[in-house]
Amino acid sequence: MSNIPTELRYASTHEWVRAEGDGVFTVGITEHAQDLLGDMVFVDLPDVGDAVAQADDCAVAESVKAASDIYAPITGEVVEINEQLEDSPELVNSDPYGDGWMFKIKAEDESEIENLLDAEAYEQSIEEE
Amino acid sequence: MNKTPLHAAHLDAGAKMVDFFGWEMPINYGSQIEEHHAVRQDAGMFDVSHMTIVDVTGAQAKDYLRYLLANDVAKLEQKGKALYSGMINEAGGVVDDLIVYHFDENNYRLVVNSATKEKDLNWLNKVSDGFDVVITERTEFAMIAVQGPQAKEKAGSLFSAAQQEAVAGMKPFFGVQAEDLFIATTGYTGESGYEIMVPRERAIEFWNELLNAGVKPCGLGARDTLRLEAGMNLYGQDMDETVSPLAANMGWTISWEPSDRNFVGRKALEAQKAQGTDKLVGLVFKDKGVLRAGLTVKTPDGEGKVTSGTFSPTLGHSIAMARVPAGEGAANGNTVQVEMRKKWVDVQVVKPSFVRNGKSVL
Repeated sequence: MSNIPTELRYASTHEWVRAEGDGVFTVGITEHAQDLLGDMVFVDLPDVGDAVAQADDCAVAESVKAASDIYAPITGEVVEINEQLEDSPELVNSDPYGDGWMFKIKAEDESEIENLLDAEAYEQSIEEE
Repeated sequence: MNKTPLHAAHLDAGAKMVDFFGWEMPINYGSQIEEHHAVRQDAGMFDVSHMTIVDVTGAQAKDYLRYLLANDVAKLEQKGKALYSGMINEAGGVVDDLIVYHFDENNYRLVVNSATKEKDLNWLNKVSDGFDVVITERTEFAMIAVQGPQAKEKAGSLFSAAQQEAVAGMKPFFGVQAEDLFIATTGYTGESGYEIMVPRERAIEFWNELLNAGVKPCGLGARDTLRLEAGMNLYGQDMDETVSPLAANMGWTISWEPSDRNFVGRKALEAQKAQGTDKLVGLVFKDKGVLRAGLTVKTPDGEGKVTSGTFSPTLGHSIAMARVPAGEGAANGNTVQVEMRKKWVDVQVVKPSFVRNGKSVL
């Protein structure tokens, strides 16, 4: 069974979101998603300062198998990106909820988080795939 | 779903299994890239038991194979010598590619692809009409490819004294039956190593001994990136029944001489050669992004398509094979364009061979 931390929120498109305080949220992809994609070879991240809207494709995770769009789970401004992924994209495979994080968004409206899935609902959504 | 005799060993090793043309096969055992590096730097092993082994015996075995194959088995004089060839249809398309081992003029062994098994067996039988030959599928073997710079040494540690003697000094592209093993110096990775046929009932034991000898299990994912780096075709992807071997970088496998040797597809191939065909080239892309099969290639002589594309773990960037119009537009060293994620990017044309014996040949 895939690891789905209960303290995170999820998009049905397999991104996870962690609240860091001050309206800043960290975004990555789930263990299930990295498992589907296989070994990551490139991660194309947005630029710091980019304005993103919920469900915008704003990054690309390219694995040995396929290129997959990453969607912004919430609306806001990109305030930080994980530059380590430039040289070590495999962090997304080895530590998807930790060192494999992708970018941080300063939310325009924090209540958008409430529309995302909790761990249980995400687990259900991947079982239905 | 078909399962090889090693199926349980794959599950034990934590393999991720996929449906490969009706066979449940390991795609990886965790990390495809680590498996790839194991073969380039040390030793890895692949279960290739799904491939089809066919023995051709009889008084006219040689004559039959000289008619069946575009390459000429008459070139095989030494016992155990192997040859790569295509089987060509009357329209000049590739029915399958295979390896043929020569034991003597009445005794040969073929290894053909698994995805095309039924078609190949039908074709072998159809073409054998009028020849005094017996075509026998050998289902009693499993087959394990052990590949990498340390592969021979590690696999050799499992051999009996007689088997070690049988393979001592064996050159590339030979095969020998030694006691219960058929051991061949062939492979699909661009590294040295063996392809070993082992009786089904001994397969798991042999696999486990290889594990203990430090050989890493590798799945179909690594097999694909390794063969592509080595510039080797994959049937069904880089060529098929609708593609001329001349348009698939297989021209070197066609024996035109002696000119009086008739073989299936010869007329069509001669016409194709006279008329000219597309060509299969290598592509290199050093920026971020991966060339994938099916992408459109734009050359000064017209459009082509990527037939196989991947990220090359050895080189650290993307490589591909593409079929493009013949002509100087896509000559080696030139730059052509590929449409990647709705953008045209520049890629370099190279000879379709990227890595050999662990090193870049670009």
